[in-house]
Amino acid sequence: MSIAEDIRIALLDLFPEQAEREAKKRAAAEIAARTADEDNPEAVIEAAAAEMETMELQPDAQEESEDGGRKPGIVVTDYQSRGAHVDVFCNPDQVVEAATILDRNGFFLETISGVDWIKEDRLEVIYDYSISGSELCRVVVRTFISRSEPKIDTISEIFPGADWHERETHDFYGIEFVGHPCLEPLLLPEDADFHPLLKDFKP
Amino acid sequence: MTVPIACRPDETFVLNLGPQHPATHGVLRVKLTMDGEYIVKAEPVLGYIHRMHEKMAEAGNFAQFMPNTARMDYLHALAFNHGYALTVERAAGIEVPERAEYIRVITVELNRIASHLLWWAAFVLDLGGFTPLLYAFDDREIILDLLERVTGSRLTYCYFRFGGVYNDIDDEFIEGTLAFIKRLRSRMPRIYHDLVTHNIILRKRLEGIGIITPEQCRKYGATGPVLRGSGVSYDIRKNEPYSVYPEFDFEIPVYHECDSMARYMVRMDEMEQSMRIIEQALERLPEGPVKAKVPKILKPPAGDYYAAVETARGSFGCRLVCDGGKAPYRLKLRSPTFSNLSLFGEVAEGMLLADALGFMGSLDLVIPEIDR
Repeated sequence: MSIAEDIRIALLDLFPEQAEREAKKRAAAEIAARTADEDNPEAVIEAAAAEMETMELQPDAQEESEDGGRKPGIVVTDYQSRGAHVDVFCNPDQVVEAATILDRNGFFLETISGVDWIKEDRLEVIYDYSISGSELCRVVVRTFISRSEPKIDTISEIFPGADWHERETHDFYGIEFVGHPCLEPLLLPEDADFHPLLKDFKP
Repeated sequence: MTVPIACRPDETFVLNLGPQHPATHGVLRVKLTMDGEYIVKAEPVLGYIHRMHEKMAEAGNFAQFMPNTARMDYLHALAFNHGYALTVERAAGIEVPERAEYIRVITVELNRIASHLLWWAAFVLDLGGFTPLLYAFDDREIILDLLERVTGSRLTYCYFRFGGVYNDIDDEFIEGTLAFIKRLRSRMPRIYHDLVTHNIILRKRLEGIGIITPEQCRKYGATGPVLRGSGVSYDIRKNEPYSVYPEFDFEIPVYHECDSMARYMVRMDEMEQSMRIIEQALERLPEGPVKAKVPKILKPPAGDYYAAVETARGSFGCRLVCDGGKAPYRLKLRSPTFSNLSLFGEVAEGMLLADALGFMGSLDLVIPEIDR
């Protein structure tokens, strides 16, 4: 099993519903393979295997909710076109847990970026993880927080390197990382009270 | 030697290193809490040349941001050109002609040697050796002349275009590059290694100093020679192959000592590997166009994209968020020394001030890239 699949399964801890759904699908595929064994064993097993594969590698269509927005969950993305293997969309209170799982699996934090979606009145926080010393795997963890009260838990206790990335994101977006040891301006002047990357920022 | 002298806690004092200090190579300030000659706490203070490149990216179209990339890491500007070009090409689905890929690799590797030469010169200068700087600048000058010939500039290159490069290379460049490789190879053992690497004073100041464990590298996200000097073989060129790197035979130098000397040796060995790549690329250089036909105004489909390259200092990545418009909706620049420097505070604790300066030099800081 590839490392991307390993970490995907480890991260499924965050989404019990999706895990359950996948377990059901897998069980159904197994039963189908077993019951039809007598008629034409090989073809059925092949079909079941193919089904398993599509389930694991194809972005899950059920993740799209009715209004076109994405529901929390994990999807496998095409590395060639996106530059990432696994894409996790979680609730703001799950980023620390996600970081813990990734830390346990030997990943390191590449960077944290904020994105201001002013039309939807929310901010996106994207955590990029990668792994060294093994097969290539890039994991994206993303979450949305409200624009009026931008608060999210810090992961700097798990990854000390996140300290500066969070301070930088606080500089640019005004996101408050709850529990951060020192949320002072890093790149902006020490008395800066503006957040230049917000789309409604006027210099 | 590194055992702190027992003092009363109230006997510490604050020492400002920088923002104008020869050893910080730019405008980095480190707020040091000192106990005599020993560092109790080191706090880097950044932002003195912060220019908000990420906001500038959102203001113009995709092509207009290319010159900015060279102004982050001005020593390995072409790699930053490459990283940004790769990201946009991935987003817009642009294919690059093979000859252009080869030229990209050749120029990026030449630039990497120039960057390492300058690091070497400045590093030895930090440690008190002046003469090596003159030798290294002598060699680096040849690279600058070669690159000026094809790119039109000497330092802040804007040579890459989406779908290729701006200018083809000519025979004179190829001959000049081969002559340069021959020259550097002959000078490397005598001048670089005999004069400096095997020098007992240099070794005493680097060996066993500034130990960074592989676990610390991971926790702080350190990459590049810092990580490879800690025994982890991680190089984007090998681990996440891009461009035509998989076609070349080269090695990733790894040292397991985790100290400043290990990082020094990684960079010295990398120059030889870069020369090997350039030789192979020049030998197999295919004919053809150097630029694909690409619309002037790009409008990549909405979504987010990531691409990374290996620069002289580590992994440089761009996270690009597009909304279908002609400008990046958001461009996050992941610069390698930002992460590499963030572990300075932890490692420098309990170090002698003089050792900390050597250790800082071994991280190869380029301040404009940290501050962006």
